[in-house]
Amino acid sequence: MTNMNLYSRGDKFFVRINMVLIALFTISTLYPFIYITAVSFSNGSEAAAGNVVWRPLGFTIGAYERVLSEPLFWSSYVNTFIYTIGGTIVSLIIIIPGAYALSRRQLVGRRFWNLMVAFTMWFNAGLIPFFLNMRDLGLMDSYFGLIIAFACNAFNIILLRNFFEAIPSSFEEAARMDGANEFQVLWKVFVPLSKPAIVTITLFCMVARWNGFFWAMVLLKDEGKIPLQVYLRQVIAELQDDEEFGQSLIDATYSFETVTSSIMVCSIIPVLIFYPFIQKYFNKGIMMGGVKE
Amino acid sequence: MENMQNRMSWLKEHLRNEWQIYVMLAPTIIWFIVFLYKPMYGLQIAFKDYSIFRGVANSPWVGFEHFHTLFGSDQFLRAVKNTFMISMLSLCFGFPMPIILALMFNEITNQVFKKTAQTIVYLPHFISTVIIAGIVITAFSPSAGIVNTFLEWLGFESIYFLIKPEWFRPIFIGSGIWQEAGFSSIVFLAAIAGVSPSLYESAVVDGASRWQMMWKITLPAILPTIIIMLIIRIGNLLEVGFELIILLYQPSTYSTGDVINTLIYRQGLQGAQYDLAAAAGLFNATVAFVLVMTANTISKRYSRTSLW
Repeated sequence: MTNMNLYSRGDKFFVRINMVLIALFTISTLYPFIYITAVSFSNGSEAAAGNVVWRPLGFTIGAYERVLSEPLFWSSYVNTFIYTIGGTIVSLIIIIPGAYALSRRQLVGRRFWNLMVAFTMWFNAGLIPFFLNMRDLGLMDSYFGLIIAFACNAFNIILLRNFFEAIPSSFEEAARMDGANEFQVLWKVFVPLSKPAIVTITLFCMVARWNGFFWAMVLLKDEGKIPLQVYLRQVIAELQDDEEFGQSLIDATYSFETVTSSIMVCSIIPVLIFYPFIQKYFNKGIMMGGVKE
Repeated sequence: MENMQNRMSWLKEHLRNEWQIYVMLAPTIIWFIVFLYKPMYGLQIAFKDYSIFRGVANSPWVGFEHFHTLFGSDQFLRAVKNTFMISMLSLCFGFPMPIILALMFNEITNQVFKKTAQTIVYLPHFISTVIIAGIVITAFSPSAGIVNTFLEWLGFESIYFLIKPEWFRPIFIGSGIWQEAGFSSIVFLAAIAGVSPSLYESAVVDGASRWQMMWKITLPAILPTIIIMLIIRIGNLLEVGFELIILLYQPSTYSTGDVINTLIYRQGLQGAQYDLAAAAGLFNATVAFVLVMTANTISKRYSRTSLW
């Protein structure tokens, strides 16, 4: 479909209109990011008056200074990294061997175990029983609780299991001849061959952890343990009805809008840094999972 | 009896040889039991008068009392209605967008432009719900928000969008489309990539325009993918993004924005009415289960017939 010579005049018109529409959609996707960045660097009174459109007005880093001087901002930032990295590692430790075992033909009750995993995609006990269970287990308000409770899910296991199943058994025969046990076969044969699938799952886990807020908000009471997203939510909720904060607008270098925007920018930056890497793998990875499901 | 013994000794032998895969399987199975199946056992509180001190097992049974309460409550019925309304609306508006986008991306011949645009429209998928909500709250704020600034430029009155019930659904569904339309188009782009080039080549020989090829070749070719995705979507109909709703709604917009899961959150997790909220959750899960099962059956039938 790339042969330019074959375009009729109607086609050229169609292609141009299409380009313009895509460009408009792309700009409107990008615009909110530009907007909050502009707000975050603007003077508080300009932002509060709604004058900021696409570039900072009365450029200041006052909002950032205020945000970055908050100890809770830093502790929540560090916590987010702990949950993201710790959570992803624990997920992989459970998911990779689990998916491998479920893919083995000699596993007794293989159908049953697979059904047990898959059933949870169709039926879910819901928020309340899950919450009460966490409380009964004594996993409220702990790093470990939040990490372990969301370490696994049916989708990731099935995605990886399908990938393992598609690997021809000829690959492992050489290793078996050398007397490798199951752990060695998994580690030396299956893991290297499944790199795209494992990277995809790693990225799924990391993105979910980085962005997750609901259960962190519900399960964590100790402010010292909350992740960035919960902190951001608290700031939005507190500042929204903080009278005093509104009063300070008169000489404000920062306002509700600039402070929340600067936290949002700080939270997006690591995603942006990581994004090219995510994109490289996602295009391939997600299709693979989607097709097989 | 002997048969049984044979089986047992075979199993012993099997476990002695293959114990390693069971060690590998154990953490997964234990995790599923502890974190997903144990809560299913806990679901019985939907039929009990649950007290924290007695625990799940020892609380007295009350039969369907909580369900009677729920179906006599306007709040619950409103939440059921809102759940269906919001999911149907996001289906109607949100489902076609990624298909349209994929078709449009396919018509772009400038690869640099295409890659750049794709990179940008996939990005919001990776952004946290809290940030989406933060952007919406900032942009739609009555005095400081860019949306009202534009309205005023155009000579309209400014609107306090976030407290107006009639604006809740458009804003919620709009932000959902903004976040997911681009990323969801990947599946359809993959389907388009699988269409045989020879179809286009012969169409070009016949003098077809690109517009005609899009309608007569590309769209029919990806129709199976569209139907499968539609079925999956209908199966997950009740999964409205309640996390974003919790962040965006307020008492004044409950009338259009309060869904089953947000009601469960308020009554159960904030109000500690665990048994009643668990009953609402069980209702939600049961309807979802029926929808998923129906969707699965239809999907199986469809893909089988499409094979012939």
